[in-house]
Amino acid sequence: MTSVSIKDLCLNFGTVQVLKNLNIDIDEGEFLVLLGPSGCGKSTLLNCIAGLLEVSDGQIFIKGNNVTWEEPKDRGIGMVFQSYALYPQMSVEGNLAFGLKNARVPKDDIARRIANAAEVLQIEPLLKRKPAQLSGGQRQRVAIGRALVRDVDVFLFDEPLSNLDAKLRAELRVEIKRLHHRLKNTMIYVTHDQIEALTLADRIAIMRSGIIQQLASPHEIYNRPVNLYVAGFMGSPGMNFLDGEIDDSGAFTFGGMQIPLDRYPFSTADRPRQAKFGIRPEHVVCGAAADAEPFSAEADIEVVEPMGADTLVWAVLDGREFRFRVDGQSELRSGEKIRVGFDPARASVFDATTELRL
Amino acid sequence: MTDAAIVSPRLEPGPRGQKPRRKLSRRNIFLYGTLIVVAVYYLLPLYVMVVTSLKGMPEIRLGNIFAPPVEITFEPWVKAWATACTGLNCDGLSRGFWNSVQITVPSVMVSIAIASINGYALANWRFKGADVFFTILIFGAFIPYQVMLYPIVILLREMGLYGSLWGLVVVHTIFGMPILTLLFRNYFTSLPEELFKAARVDGAGFWGIFFKIMLPMSLPIFVVAIILQVTGIWNDFLFGVVYTKPDIYPMTVQLNNIVNSVQGVKEYNVNMAATILTGLVPLIVYFISGKLFVRGIAAGAVKG
Ligand SMILES: Nc1ncnc2c1ncn2[C@@H]1O[C@H](COP(=O)(O)OP(=O)(O)OP(=O)(O)O)[C@@H](O)[C@H]1O
Ligand SMILES: [Mg+2]
Repeated sequence: MTSVSIKDLCLNFGTVQVLKNLNIDIDEGEFLVLLGPSGCGKSTLLNCIAGLLEVSDGQIFIKGNNVTWEEPKDRGIGMVFQSYALYPQMSVEGNLAFGLKNARVPKDDIARRIANAAEVLQIEPLLKRKPAQLSGGQRQRVAIGRALVRDVDVFLFDEPLSNLDAKLRAELRVEIKRLHHRLKNTMIYVTHDQIEALTLADRIAIMRSGIIQQLASPHEIYNRPVNLYVAGFMGSPGMNFLDGEIDDSGAFTFGGMQIPLDRYPFSTADRPRQAKFGIRPEHVVCGAAADAEPFSAEADIEVVEPMGADTLVWAVLDGREFRFRVDGQSELRSGEKIRVGFDPARASVFDATTELRL
Repeated sequence: MTDAAIVSPRLEPGPRGQKPRRKLSRRNIFLYGTLIVVAVYYLLPLYVMVVTSLKGMPEIRLGNIFAPPVEITFEPWVKAWATACTGLNCDGLSRGFWNSVQITVPSVMVSIAIASINGYALANWRFKGADVFFTILIFGAFIPYQVMLYPIVILLREMGLYGSLWGLVVVHTIFGMPILTLLFRNYFTSLPEELFKAARVDGAGFWGIFFKIMLPMSLPIFVVAIILQVTGIWNDFLFGVVYTKPDIYPMTVQLNNIVNSVQGVKEYNVNMAATILTGLVPLIVYFISGKLFVRGIAAGAVKG
């Protein structure tokens, strides 16, 4: 069943079009992550869903009701903000109770719901404290609790973890995932952290200047990006791109080299001449194993970056920059030559002019 | 002492720890010199006033205005407060004081109440025409008062408020509005916007957010507004003269009448006492709230 449905949503700030004809259907209990660079309109979309911004055109449905003109409190949503936005003069308990008091929920009911949320989020000892007396992680828990007590259908998160340090972020990320398993609410989560997106999402929507580029499962987005932008955006370090041509035999040629494409799963019948060939650093093998792959060549190692678990190698392949990932134990040195190879079946090929996947 | 201070064998002779500062550096002399000069510049007149107000008239006639009083007398203060003549009646400044209180208290409360709500609405609820409204308001802050004196006389007369205390309250409220609204708008804009959004999601309305979220966070800016208004309205002379009648003249107007009365000899000691009495209220307000004032100015007026 559809939980949130956005139909032809447009939003303009004056003459600036921030969201352009946006369409998304989010299933009941789904965890959707909105991912995109800064300023692409993620927060704006979330605010539209929450009712904090008036849309210029289009409709928003939540649980089958057209809520386009509804007040935020009547939409059945709870929201968690990047800056926590806890009411500084109220205790944690007061923060949790504020929405319920506004909704005139009976006193004993409020107490019961707060106790419940505090237990889920493990903030029971903090209930009497003021927000200023909490750590960042605790504040964010309280902020989540504020959405939790309201017993809503849809949770909206606007970069809830980006003010926390890396370790805490990883912890709370797992906790949010656990919370989702437990509550099974629909969650819409904005981030520009790829790892967060990949780990949390059932589906990821990649946005760019107000347009959704691809809406698919993390696996699909990672392995079969629909266009050059998505391919370059996902993954860190990013995909290697080789400019070249698809020749008459159907192989990809660049410089003096030829990559056979007979194993590549084309998704269209188009065979434009100018194309870009993309391969992720982690899909490249090197050394003796490279020669077993359908394509292999020799590369010059420029820089080696050990990162503990694995090592990133910056090399030059036919005059172009080429990155690949090797095991953390391997002992490569800059200046050496090495055989690199990959399976074109794992690659992505794009039309150089339309930038769409082939 | 010297050798005992070096405990660790790793330390070597030479500079160590905090760098010693010369107390009498050129910078300090300049800094404190300037401060002292400025302080004297402002305090000397006050000193003369206090000293003169405590002297009797024969002593004043000796002419040395800096000399401390030989014989301290509080007579001038009593006279200034209770029996000095101001044109028609002879009950001193006390009448003016109570008039000023009756003008200042409602003016301050009404103007701040309205301006804070205006500022909040402008900062957080971007209603249609908000920009136009704001522009007009800011423009209003730059119109010289003199231009509006007479039109307002007519306006008050039409409303039946001309010459009454409430007429003056209305005038003060209107004239305080641009600057106060600007002050509050800037302060509320500087508060995190997500707080406002969170409160809306939590179902609080226009007034709920104002009273439960915004007001508790706004003490500093309210103190600033109160100080601005109390001093401004208390010290006002022009509106007091123009819009009220003699028996409800505010203190400043009465002070003028005492000091400038042409009959009899000039009683400098009474005049000084009367002047200090009139200035006492703003002075006290500053002393009580000085710290909050600075904090509020820093938080609201400068930032944002
Ligand atoms: N009130 C506003 N008036 C005009 N333009 C705005 C306003 N708010 C946002 N914008 C513009 O809308 C675009 C989208 O902003 P939005 O806050 O949604 O970005 P975002 O994707 O959330 O970015 P970030 O990751 O930095 O939070 C930006 O280009 C921004 O400049
Ligand atoms: Mg944002």
